[in-house]
Amino acid sequence: MSITRETVEQAARLARLTVADEDKDRLAGELSAILGFVEQLDEINTDNVEPLTSVVGATARMRKDEVNAGDYPERVLANAPDRVTDFYAVPKVVE
Amino acid sequence: MIELNRLTIAQARKGMAEGAFSSVELTQSCVDAMEARADLGAFITPTPEAALEAAAEADRKRAAGDEGALLGIPLGIKDLFCTEGVQTTAASRILEGFKPTYESTVTRNLLRDGAVFLGKLNLDEFAMGSSNTTSYYGNVVNPWQSSDKPDMQLVPGGSSGGSASAVAARLCLGATGTDTGGSIRQPAAFCGITGLKPTYGRCSRWGVVAFASSLDQAGPMARSVEDCGLMLGSMAGYDPMDTTSVDTPVPDYTAELGAGVKGLKIGIPQEYRVDGMPEEIEKLWMETAERLRAEGAEIVEISLPHTHAALPAYYIVAPAEASSNLARYDGVRYGFRSDAPEGLPEFSSLEEMYATTRGEGFGPEVQRRIMIGAYVLSAGFYDAYYNKARRVRTLIAQDFSRAFEQVDAILTPTTPSPAFGITEEPTGVEMYMNDVFTVPASMAGIPGISVPVGMSKDGLPLGVQLLGKPFEEVGLLRVAQAVETAADFTAAPQLMA
Repeated sequence: MSITRETVEQAARLARLTVADEDKDRLAGELSAILGFVEQLDEINTDNVEPLTSVVGATARMRKDEVNAGDYPERVLANAPDRVTDFYAVPKVVE
Repeated sequence: MIELNRLTIAQARKGMAEGAFSSVELTQSCVDAMEARADLGAFITPTPEAALEAAAEADRKRAAGDEGALLGIPLGIKDLFCTEGVQTTAASRILEGFKPTYESTVTRNLLRDGAVFLGKLNLDEFAMGSSNTTSYYGNVVNPWQSSDKPDMQLVPGGSSGGSASAVAARLCLGATGTDTGGSIRQPAAFCGITGLKPTYGRCSRWGVVAFASSLDQAGPMARSVEDCGLMLGSMAGYDPMDTTSVDTPVPDYTAELGAGVKGLKIGIPQEYRVDGMPEEIEKLWMETAERLRAEGAEIVEISLPHTHAALPAYYIVAPAEASSNLARYDGVRYGFRSDAPEGLPEFSSLEEMYATTRGEGFGPEVQRRIMIGAYVLSAGFYDAYYNKARRVRTLIAQDFSRAFEQVDAILTPTTPSPAFGITEEPTGVEMYMNDVFTVPASMAGIPGISVPVGMSKDGLPLGVQLLGKPFEEVGLLRVAQAVETAADFTAAPQLMA
């Protein structure tokens, strides 16, 4: 699998990453190498093999649906780069 | 008298219990060692003052009759564990300045048992790497030097490179690590120490910065098998805050130490003889098997036929899960946010702020992996990549299940090479090959431990890996200690404090 500049741009968009124009060819090469490496899995027959979902074989545990945390906005917002009262602040998105 | 910072945890426990020295004296010797060897770059955030206060508190508790399992023992904490009020970076710019308002379960368990924290240890950014050269806060240096090129700085391995370097250089008595594909075992081998990746689900992942959630597992790194058992006893346990944590009792992990290997069956997987592996590694591996045979173990050739598929499957599963986990770093809730473009009061859109913050906040290796992850999870590729890798994972887990019907433990080399130079490090897929022997156990979720057993021709430490059955760390540590005793590895690194 050879990754093109356009695929790099698409993956960067999906990953919400700004990638400089001059880095796109290098990334295309690096991503192609990794995908080329993983493609050897195509040689392994996985017909009738279930995907592994949990290595501990545990089933989801039930718990009571009750409030056990919360009501501490100072702790939640302590690391916000920007805040207004008890809200995270972000650039204006609606004019 | 020996410098206190060079004691093992077991020796320090005994010394403090007998009143030979205090935790303050022990902790001070570690703080001095950290200052003397600051050039190793092992710590991102040292906390010497808090450590000495905690040591004084431990001494008061001891005087009052408290006998916590790790009371007064100074440890380093990989900077992937959230520590309340102490900066937690995951070695990334994007978390610079992040001070958690909560304590991870593993570190809370260690504090419960009286441990003293010396500070936060360097690592590869978001635990992605095998050389500790991807940290935003600088490289970590291996305290060992090659006799061939003594001036060359060597990598400590990764991702728990700060933990391995600090334990090997005697800056702390033990350290926490995390292992996703070998991040405890590979640096332990490169630095000549012992590192244990427990069974997936044994230690809570709550409060540990997530990389690949189906693989991540915390574990101890120390200077003896016994010390790893002592630390695991505190770190392990069921946690309702982690749905993958397993509700099974925490045994005394030192219970079977000294019982030897007589009558046990040890498997040698033929698939771990890979092309290009140095002869000295193959030789040490076989010598270790021979020593176990001499102690009464039966050595059995086994086959793990899907071994070669583990690494490529890992490089789908881990980036896929990382791309999802790292989506939370958006410049809104933690740490770093980029400035608006020059000349503008703010970003033109929220999306532009996300993408710029993430483009500037993540380093190249992290960006590469989350792009791979986003790609393999994208519409049309999910089944071909992610589900294919998960099917292969089932085959790898089945290989181990079948092997453990025949044997009690599996013996392999830990790494295909000794530590390499910081400026000589391989790139891309070649770098990924470092984890070729450690990744299969991660994919299957089984426990593995690396024990130092000998030296390369250039005087660098080499380790072997022992793999055990799920949740049978007690037996695994027993075999590991037999290997440790037989190898009698006593060499110490040149850059030791």
